[in-house]
Amino acid sequence: MTDHDLALKSLAYRKGILRWIKHAGAGHTGGDLSCIDILNVLYNRILRVSPDTRLDPSRDRYIQSKGHCVEALYVVLADRGYFPESDLETLCGYQSHYVGHPTRKIPGVEQNTGALGHGLPIAVGTALGGRLDGASFRVFTLMGDGELAEGSNWEAALAAAHYRLDNLTAIVDLNTLQISGRTRDVMNHEPLAEKWASFGWAVRTVDGHDFAALTAALEKPLEPGKPSMVIARTLKGKGVSFMQDVAKWHHGVPSDDEYARALAELDAQVLSLGEAAR
Amino acid sequence: MSAPAPSLFSPEAKSLAQRLGMTLGRPNLEVFADTLLELARADARLLAVTSDSRGSGKLGPFGQALPRQIVELGIAEQNLVGVAAGLASTGRTVFAVSPACFLTARSLEQIKNDVAYSDNAVTLVGISAGVSYGALGSTHHSLHDFAALRAIHNLAIVAPADNIETREAVLAAAALRRPVYLRFGKAPLYTLPCAAPFELGRARLLRPGNDLAFLATGETVVHALLAAAHLEETSGLRCRVLSLPSVKPLDLQAVRSAAAECRAVLTVEEHMVHGGLGEAVAAVLAQGDAHPRFRIIGIPDEDTVTGSQADIFRHYGISMEGLSRAALDLLGRSAPPA
Repeated sequence: MTDHDLALKSLAYRKGILRWIKHAGAGHTGGDLSCIDILNVLYNRILRVSPDTRLDPSRDRYIQSKGHCVEALYVVLADRGYFPESDLETLCGYQSHYVGHPTRKIPGVEQNTGALGHGLPIAVGTALGGRLDGASFRVFTLMGDGELAEGSNWEAALAAAHYRLDNLTAIVDLNTLQISGRTRDVMNHEPLAEKWASFGWAVRTVDGHDFAALTAALEKPLEPGKPSMVIARTLKGKGVSFMQDVAKWHHGVPSDDEYARALAELDAQVLSLGEAAR
Repeated sequence: MSAPAPSLFSPEAKSLAQRLGMTLGRPNLEVFADTLLELARADARLLAVTSDSRGSGKLGPFGQALPRQIVELGIAEQNLVGVAAGLASTGRTVFAVSPACFLTARSLEQIKNDVAYSDNAVTLVGISAGVSYGALGSTHHSLHDFAALRAIHNLAIVAPADNIETREAVLAAAALRRPVYLRFGKAPLYTLPCAAPFELGRARLLRPGNDLAFLATGETVVHALLAAAHLEETSGLRCRVLSLPSVKPLDLQAVRSAAAECRAVLTVEEHMVHGGLGEAVAAVLAQGDAHPRFRIIGIPDEDTVTGSQADIFRHYGISMEGLSRAALDLLGRSAPPA
């Protein structure tokens, strides 16, 4: 799949995210839109997973620590054939399995997440399990940048380096915003790359909307003997001008007018991509 | 010369235990460690996971015998439980071993989400539970663990009363492959005479009787048994004694039968009186048809008295003498003259 194909897919995913959030009347719009290109690259280029092998012990694992951005995950899993996208008609509804954070009741979801600071420790355990088995699968986890204030992440960061888990890749969706505002104002974590490097991780910072750069950072461990940290610089609300880099879209649901405008913007991007390809 | 460690049993209680043919066993913690090593030798995919708790968990021999089956995570209990969940997700039998006070408080959210909600087959082993750490103070006591964990769906809570229940509970937890919390102390315990097999979710009848029923769990059961025998000798009362190693799931049938057949029910636990076995039993009684006289014996809601485990037990009446007095009081009788 070319970068162009991925770009088209991401636009379709963005439309899907907005559609289902609008439909459910709830969702984490800004973060979904900041991490969707990362999920796109993971599921369409990197992860050795499929609906048919979703319980195969040798599959790669993806654990979404920033569980609130579940709509992005649902849209990608549906596209990959784990379940019909029409299942999302029930999103956040009475008795639906499609709740507002990932659960293992949904095919393709590895762990129930949603409380922050949980994905990395579980990913460390999963990677350690693979290592002890001599298995070749890789483990990926996606964290938010606001989430890095949770101390459990740093316990896990120590353990991953201690056990030299180069089968583990953590990705930070560095959109620099959290629910209350700028992450640097709420609880500064910079210098981030230096922190992870000092914990013994191999670190690469990339543009989190650049498919080629993401692919290069994720396609193999960054350095033998070290866990990999990919810091993906992203834009919260990416793709919709009035949502971009605005904290209130953390879990904003678009009005009818905003939804129409957002879709029009995304459709225009689809058109211009098509023209660029000609 | 330092004073010998105070005993959990008075000379009279020891003498009665001897007359009942009971012998002092080992600390449950040691039996746990031996049983785990035995299981691990037979199952290379069994792992013990520790938070600098190898020594306090008596897992030194385990670590020496099977170094590839023990994972050290340092003093980081949240990570301990999260990593244990991840390890279990790769199809392993995982025992996460850490002092109960830290395991069930610091990592409560990991227990709730990563183990119970995600349904990862981790056995959480709370070592030196209750007031086992005695004089180390309340930071090291776990008097909240039943209460906190009972409110979490998909987690069995088991507090074995003696070496036999301990071994059976460890075997059952490994075979169950579901989330389980096991709780052990570190004092040597009398082995309880009981023909009933151990079964998760079932009470074990230690002594029949209908005047009063002692419903006890964990390492307080022996004191209830001695109290029942003492009451029969001194007052002619016939008291039923049930060991309830499973705080959850609770043996509802055994609780209801005790309520229907006995004049009074007295629960005993090494836990705060809130949210533990006593209140679990109270909920069954209050919502049932039989309403016997009822009392919960545990650690009251106050600054826990300082001292050794034996001091604390004695202070709060978790002893043959204290439980005998409580039983007589509940039945409206005074103690016979000495």
